[in-house]
Amino acid sequence: MTTMKHAVSKPNSIQALLRFREVALLIFIIMLCLVISLESPTFLTFNNFSDILLDISVLAMVALAQAMIITTRGIDLSVASMLGLTAMMTSFTIRAYPHTPVGLIVLLGMALGFILGSLNGLLITKGKVPPIIATLGTLSIYRGLIFLYSNGNWINAFELPAAFKQLAKGTSLVLPNLVWVAIFVAVIVYLFLNYTQAGRDIYALGTNPEAAKISGIRTEWVIMMVYMISGGICGLAGVMWASRFEAAQTNTALGFELQTVAASVIGGVSMLGGIGTVPGVLLGALLLGIIQNGLTLSSISPFWQGAVQGFLILLAVVSDSSLQQRVRQTFTRRIPQ
Amino acid sequence: MTTTEKIVSTMISAKPPRKSFFSRFLHWEWFLVVLIVLVVAINSRLSTHFLDVRNLFTASSDFMEMGLMMLPMVFIIITGNVDLAVASTLGMTASFMGLLFNQGINIWLAAGLALVLGLAAGFVNGYLISRLKVPALVITLGTYAFYRGMAYVMLGDQAARGYPSSFTYIGQGKIPGTLVPFSVVLFLVLAVAFGLVLHKTAFGRYLYAIGNNQDAVVYSGISVARIKVIIFLVSGLMSALAGLVLAARFGSTRPDIGSGLELAVITATVLGGVDINGGRGSMIGAVLALILVGLMRFGMGLLNIQGQVQSIAIGILLILSILLPNLPQIIREGRTRWTPRTALVVLLGLLLAIAFGWFFFWSRAVVFSIS
Repeated sequence: MTTMKHAVSKPNSIQALLRFREVALLIFIIMLCLVISLESPTFLTFNNFSDILLDISVLAMVALAQAMIITTRGIDLSVASMLGLTAMMTSFTIRAYPHTPVGLIVLLGMALGFILGSLNGLLITKGKVPPIIATLGTLSIYRGLIFLYSNGNWINAFELPAAFKQLAKGTSLVLPNLVWVAIFVAVIVYLFLNYTQAGRDIYALGTNPEAAKISGIRTEWVIMMVYMISGGICGLAGVMWASRFEAAQTNTALGFELQTVAASVIGGVSMLGGIGTVPGVLLGALLLGIIQNGLTLSSISPFWQGAVQGFLILLAVVSDSSLQQRVRQTFTRRIPQ
Repeated sequence: MTTTEKIVSTMISAKPPRKSFFSRFLHWEWFLVVLIVLVVAINSRLSTHFLDVRNLFTASSDFMEMGLMMLPMVFIIITGNVDLAVASTLGMTASFMGLLFNQGINIWLAAGLALVLGLAAGFVNGYLISRLKVPALVITLGTYAFYRGMAYVMLGDQAARGYPSSFTYIGQGKIPGTLVPFSVVLFLVLAVAFGLVLHKTAFGRYLYAIGNNQDAVVYSGISVARIKVIIFLVSGLMSALAGLVLAARFGSTRPDIGSGLELAVITATVLGGVDINGGRGSMIGAVLALILVGLMRFGMGLLNIQGQVQSIAIGILLILSILLPNLPQIIREGRTRWTPRTALVVLLGLLLAIAFGWFFFWSRAVVFSIS
C-alpha cells in the first residue's frame, strides 16, 4: 500500500474534524430516514427500528473489531470465515449436547474465535506476513475448514434447542437480546479504546508506528492483541449468527468481510491508520442497515440495494477524503517553513 | 535548493532491498517451477487421468478469466496499489452485455459496448484514486459493491442465455485442428504482451519506480496520476474481456457471475512473487503461479476434493509463499529474544492449538455418530 505522510496538526483539531464527520453522518442518516418515511409509513415505527437494530447488530460488532485493526494500519479479511467456522463448530456442539448451558456455548465460541484470531496475529507479528496476505490466506483456510468440519452438512432450525434460539431473538427490556449484546460490546470497546493504556496504544501505533515503538509501546503485542480481540468478537458474532438465523451453513456470512470494512470506512475510520471512533463505526453500520431496510420497504426494486450501498460507500469516501485534504492543506499551511 | 537535495538523497537512499543469503540463491520463479514439477509428479501418481492432454487443456480454460484479470493486477500491485473491483467489473460488464443481447442487439455489438463499459469502470477507479489520493483499497472496495450492484440492477433475477455459437467459441472453442482452447491462446498472447510492457518499456520501469518510491517519481516529472489512470483503465478493460470469456464459457450470464474471483486473482498474483507493498515482482512469476494454482485445483478435483477444501491448500501456500522467505530473519530474531517468558507463551500457544485441533475432530465425531 502507498504510504502517505500524515498532516502535522494539533490533536484537538483532528478531534473536531472527527466530531464533524460523525455529526454529518448523523444528519445524513436522519435526512435519509425522513425521505424513506415519506415513501413508506411503516418505516418510522418502533418495531421496524428494532428490526433494523437486530439486523445490524452482528455487523456492528464485527465492524468495531475491524475498525480497531484498520486503526493499526492492518486489515482482517478473515472475519467472515472465523464467524462462519465458530458458528458451525458451536452449532455442532449444541446439536451433540442440547443441554449445554447457552452461556457456555457463547464462551466456547469466543474461545475458538480467539484461537483463530491468535493465528492471524502470530502470522502478522512473528511471521512478518503483511496483514492483507495473512488474512487473505486464513480467509480461504478457515472457510475450507468449515467444509472439512461439516462435510458439507447444515445444521437446521429443528436440530437446535429452543434455549439457544432464544439467545439472540428473545427480548429483554423491549429490545432483542442480540441488540443488547452489540450495545454491550460497543460500550466495552469504547471504554477500552478511550480509557485504557492498551486502547490508546492502538491509536499511537496507527498514527506513527516508529514513534510508538521508540516511545516504548510493545507494538508487536498491540497488533497481536487486536487480531485476538477480532477473533474473540467474531466467535461471539458466530454464536449469535447461528442463534439468530437458527442455522449454520457452510456459506454462513460469505462475503461479510468487505461489509465490515465498508461500515468502518463510512464511519470515518482511515485506511491510513490512527483515526477511527466507536460512534462513527456504529453510525456506519446503522447507515448500511437503514439503506437495506428502507429499500426493502420502499417500492424500489430490491435489486437496487447493492448499487445504492456501493454508491453511498463511494460518496462517503469521496466526501471524507476531500474534507481531509482541505483540512490537511489548512493545517500544513500554518506551519512556519 | 534544499528541495533538490532532499530529492537526490531520497533517490540515492531508495536502493533495492539487500538480498539475503536465501533469496540470492532461491529465485522465487525457480521455486515455483520446482513446485509445479512436484505437483505434476504427485498428481500423476495419484490419478491416471491427470496427464491426459485433453483433460489438461479443458481444465486450463477454467482459469483463463482469472488469468486475464491477473495480468493488469500484476501492474497494479507492483505500483503498491490493489484492485478489489475486478470481479465486480466482470459481473457488471457481462450483465450489461446480457441485457443488450436480451433486447435483441447483435452480440458482437453488445460485447464491444461491454468492453467500453469496462474501460469506463476502470477509469472511474483510476481517476478517483489518483485525484483523491486515497488508498486504492478503499476506492475499489466502494466500486466493488457498486459495480456488483449495477449487475443486479441490469439483470435482476433474469439470466441472459442463448448466445450464438460464434460467440461462445471464445470461451468454449478450440483452435481448429488442435486441442488448444482459444481462450488459452488469447491469454498467452496477452501475457507475453503484458510481460514485454512490464519488463522492456519505460512505462514498465515507471511502475516499479512508483512502487518503490512514489515521491521520487513525482519529483522526476513523471505524471503518476496518469500512469495510475492507465493501469486501472487497462484493468477495467481486461476484466470486461474476462467477463466475455466467462459468459461465453458458461453460455449464459447471471448477475452473480464471477463473484469472489477478486481474492483468487490477488492470491495468484501474490503467490507469483509480486510484493503486495509494491516495487517487486515479475510477469513470468505470476503466470507460473496461475499454472501452479490451476494444476493443484485440477489434481485435487480429480481426487474428488471439494472446491472449498481445495482452497485450504491454496491459502496455506499463499501464506507460506511469504512466510518461508522471512524464515531466516524470524529465526535470527527468535534466537536473541529467547527468554522463559517467550517459552511460556510458545507453550501456551501450542496448547491452545492442540486444544483447538482436538475439539475440532472430537465435536464433529460426536455429531456424525448421532446422525
